Amino acid sequence: MNENTIDTMAPIEVATRQTLPTTNRETVFDVRQLSVLYNGAAAIKDVNLEIYRNQVTALIGPSGCGKSTFIRCLNRMNDLIPGARIEGEILYHGQNMYGSDVDAVSVRRWIGMVFQKPNPFPKSIYDNVAWGPRVLGMKQNLDERVERALRQAAIWDEVKHRLKRSALALSGGQQQRLCIARALAVEPEVVLLDEPASALDPIATSAIEDLVHDLKRDYTIVIVTHNMQQAARVADMTAFFSLDVHEDGSRNGILVEYDVTQKIFTQPADSRTEGYVTGRFG
Amino acid sequence: MTDRAQFSLAPTRQLRRRQIVSKLMEGVMLVSALAAIAVLGLLIATVIERGHSALSVDFFTKGPTTNFLGTTGGIANAIVGTIVIVAVATVIALPIGILVAVYTSEFARGGVRRVLAFTLDVLNGIPSIVIGIFIFGLIVLSHQQSAYAAGVALAIIMLPLVARSTQEVLALVPDSLREASFALGVSRWRTVTGLIVPASFGGILTGGTLAIARAAGETAPLLFTCALTTTKISWDPSQPLQSIPLTIFQDLEQPDPALHEQAWGAALVLLTFVLVVSVLSKAVLARNRRKLSR
Repeated sequence: MNENTIDTMAPIEVATRQTLPTTNRETVFDVRQLSVLYNGAAAIKDVNLEIYRNQVTALIGPSGCGKSTFIRCLNRMNDLIPGARIEGEILYHGQNMYGSDVDAVSVRRWIGMVFQKPNPFPKSIYDNVAWGPRVLGMKQNLDERVERALRQAAIWDEVKHRLKRSALALSGGQQQRLCIARALAVEPEVVLLDEPASALDPIATSAIEDLVHDLKRDYTIVIVTHNMQQAARVADMTAFFSLDVHEDGSRNGILVEYDVTQKIFTQPADSRTEGYVTGRFG
Repeated sequence: MTDRAQFSLAPTRQLRRRQIVSKLMEGVMLVSALAAIAVLGLLIATVIERGHSALSVDFFTKGPTTNFLGTTGGIANAIVGTIVIVAVATVIALPIGILVAVYTSEFARGGVRRVLAFTLDVLNGIPSIVIGIFIFGLIVLSHQQSAYAAGVALAIIMLPLVARSTQEVLALVPDSLREASFALGVSRWRTVTGLIVPASFGGILTGGTLAIARAAGETAPLLFTCALTTTKISWDPSQPLQSIPLTIFQDLEQPDPALHEQAWGAALVLLTFVLVVSVLSKAVLARNRRKLSR
């Protein structure tokens, strides 16, 4: 973060929007007392929060506070890291996502992910999007499915004439939108975005943000960002993570505050949140 | 001006000495590198010079004659034999080697992975004559010498080469691609068959062809497994078939200068095959790397 913004930083503008009344929200993820340990050392500890359907939930906080670790729990991506272990529960529509009878493959079937660095397959643009549906047996009307996903990801017009070309020839911003299209093509319910714009220039970033805003009509979005303005612009709910430093020098991420975005940025309940969003810390 | 002396940019005596040592060592290393190239150049030149006169249409199409007065014939029986033996070895070693590599790189966890890697290294280091005598005891004693037996021996030599080279190209595939696939709800096996292996297919083939080139030149494993041969041209793997390396070995043991010439010719054929395969493989591998790089 910029040190020179301590006193001069303009107040963050929060987009005015209607958030669903609390009573109407459908809970997608119910996270209870979640801790993640890497080789026994806690990366995040005792996180409790609920993520709601058709909303954009932003996870913000300083580097190393465990927001990426947290989002990777939501589709069991941490399973792939040797030595990672979780405690607590995550209920996905009431089902224990880490239950012994649940295969991570079926979790990820409904919960897609877009990563920090664009990672298109070394295949054609078309095949990047079509591969997931093909492998998962959704082979009917594949062309339409690919077009729909590319349109949803706001990249169709840029690539419709070169679908057979390699995806690696696209620019970074285009690659990232292609990766979003790839995730959408298998019709997930949730799309997890792990700092999707951090490797992109401002114009590409703005395109991704517009996209996130449009996508929440059909999908539930969780987005990790270290850019507070971005969270303020796109998110309905915002979770602020921070680092808890213990006396013995060990540190782990904790969830400090979770609320409606507007509240987090204008009248946070916790002084640590206030310090972070006003730029006095982090 | 005097107070500027301490910031002088002029080289000190110590620096000059270091520069000289540096230049000297660079020269020594350059000479060593040139020597390596010279060895290869000299080897190729010698084999061509001595072997080219043996080459003729008959050399490639006829078996050797036993007629001491006439020509020595050709080495067609050895060429065919080497093709058959190496084909047997490839059919065995290529699939197993690739599966071992895919398992080691994509499925096995820490401990098992290390054990497998170590096993392949040890297997790679076993002297080929030991593999030859092992197959002699295992197959030849109970059956007979055959191209099958020789193929199994060569397969043991090829297996670690194929597996190791496949592992190397699989390691070139960035983990971010695996994550992208898993995040779509695609299983590990489908990720491997649909994404990882196709992405590194060229490199896997390269490793395979280099292993074939290596196996084609092996002599020791053939001595006890496939040496009691005839001059007939045969494609039957259940019989002992003549091979190019063995032809060179046996020809040079004879006093007949014509046979010596034939040995050089056979060496030229073998060398050409290995060189062509090596160069082609490098080209394919370079293409594969470009395909994966961003």
